[in-house]
Amino acid sequence: MWPGRWHDVLFHTLNTAFFVLFALCCIYPFYYILINSVSDPLQVTKGVYLWPEGFNLTVYREMLSQKTISVSFWVSSARAVVGTILTVFSCAFFSYLLTKKEMPFRKTVYRFVVVTLYLNAGLIPWYLTMKMLGLKNSFWLYILPTVIVGFFVILMKTFIEQIPAALEEAAVVEGAGYLTVFAKIIFPVSLPIVATITVFNAVNQWNAWMDNLFLVNDPNLQTLQLTLLNFLKQSEALAQETTRRMMGNQTSGHLISPQNVKMAITMIVTAPILLIYPFMQRYFVKGIMLGAVKG
Amino acid sequence: MLAMQDRQRVARRRVDLKAMAAGRTGAGSVKRKQGWTLLLLALPFIAVVFVFYYVPLFGWVYGFFDYKPGIPLNRSEFVGLKYLRIAFTEQGMDLARVLKNSLVLSFLGILVSPLYVAFAILLNEMRGKLLRKWVQVTTTLPNFISWVLVYSVFYVFFAVSDGVVNNVLIKLEWLARPFNFLGNSEIAWGFQTLVGLWKGLGWGAIIYLAAIAGIDQELYDAAKVDGAGRFRTIWHITVPGIMPTFVVLLLLNVSNMLNNGFEQYYVFYNALVADKLDVIDYYVYRVGLENNDFSYSTVLGMFKTIVSVVVLFTVNGIAKRIRGESII
Repeated sequence: MWPGRWHDVLFHTLNTAFFVLFALCCIYPFYYILINSVSDPLQVTKGVYLWPEGFNLTVYREMLSQKTISVSFWVSSARAVVGTILTVFSCAFFSYLLTKKEMPFRKTVYRFVVVTLYLNAGLIPWYLTMKMLGLKNSFWLYILPTVIVGFFVILMKTFIEQIPAALEEAAVVEGAGYLTVFAKIIFPVSLPIVATITVFNAVNQWNAWMDNLFLVNDPNLQTLQLTLLNFLKQSEALAQETTRRMMGNQTSGHLISPQNVKMAITMIVTAPILLIYPFMQRYFVKGIMLGAVKG
Repeated sequence: MLAMQDRQRVARRRVDLKAMAAGRTGAGSVKRKQGWTLLLLALPFIAVVFVFYYVPLFGWVYGFFDYKPGIPLNRSEFVGLKYLRIAFTEQGMDLARVLKNSLVLSFLGILVSPLYVAFAILLNEMRGKLLRKWVQVTTTLPNFISWVLVYSVFYVFFAVSDGVVNNVLIKLEWLARPFNFLGNSEIAWGFQTLVGLWKGLGWGAIIYLAAIAGIDQELYDAAKVDGAGRFRTIWHITVPGIMPTFVVLLLLNVSNMLNNGFEQYYVFYNALVADKLDVIDYYVYRVGLENNDFSYSTVLGMFKTIVSVVVLFTVNGIAKRIRGESII
């Protein structure tokens, strides 16, 4: 009995210690960046590890008044909001149509959509197509290509098929058309899966920057992610120069280092995810679970 | 389960249709007309799918012409398989290096894939519901931040000048000089694999946690009655229980060997690690959009897609023969 218990205690101690350590590895970096971005730069050079020292928000104030950053913040927010609304409604309605047995070529159309999960023409054919469509240097480049996402259609269709047919038939008898049935019955009943798709898509949109890198060089359409990347990739000298220029008009006595600025932008880019993620985690999990069930 | 519900619904529908047809003549043609309305409603979405997923495929013809940006295709010279030949001759050395990097990085990714299983099994053994929940939420977070942010975080911690890890190690006198984690060709492959684990471990484990939850509880009860300890129970019940999931994901990983992705290697790329992080997705970008060699880049992308699809179908065929069930 005793050796068994002893083993048990040892196992659970080590196991818990491992997971707590790993979890800290995942979350501490963000905490570290947060406390350093709000600390006095002089203290930062000495090392700030546990809590902010010489708390001040100068760097944030300066940065949010900076045009590049505020513009790209709005661009990223706009693509997340507009893109998500359009994608969610389109995928939901399209999936609903695909569940209707009386639709001709239904199976063919569904297969036509599913195949897109495995199709990849490659960078250059995609690039040339977008250019041909006039999406180069256009905000719609961020929105239109992902209006229909094969994976979302699979999730939605699987879900709608599980809704009892009787629910819908009652409305059909009363003479409601497809649009009404969708808006009044299918969409409200599908809210759990709609929420999942919404959070997935919003995060994808917020995190996207490749399309920006390849096809948009208009600074007024630059995403926050690319703004951060450009800042990170600039050489140290250039970063210092930029920082000086950016902070040239500051009035407070605080010095702002390039390191500060990097951390503050990082925090601005991470914040939306950090704020919504803990509450939305169950939707993400639901998404991957449903995704595992093939469409 | 799903299929059964579906069948039941279809059966119910048929009964309804019959009843309608009996009551009203011409119900069938009404249904048919409605069917075309449905297709009409779906048309804009079908068009979007066609334009954004299928039209780019026509772009593969650029790979068979000497296409220069600015000159229309019909005035470009048709060169057949010239660029495919170039890929394996003149550019052979480059392609070999890029393929090697891609395959090594993918192979390392597959090598560490049992860690996801171990993570799920151990997390499942952990006591304390609240703590477990916290660990799960925390460890899945990195999966949802962009590669730009991942790079930013790693830069803050591993930079050679003023990186947190270097600062701490030097303060502790474990290091005399700062170590260049991000610009060291020798550890680049291993380091990128670790970055991938940091970002993906918690999230990747979720699918196995679901598989564990799906194992018949009676098996565990029986094992307990038989006096099996923790490790024997894990080895004889949990591991076999999640094996099918593991095999499916392993096969999908194998078919994705050439698709390392672009973002990770683009953000971590620098001159010091260029020889190790130049994967095929990055190479396609460099050739196409940095050197403007559109035709050659198109051929490379085409080659990659065709190889991936062929491998996927092969692997799927093998899975079908072994498990009697396909994976895609």
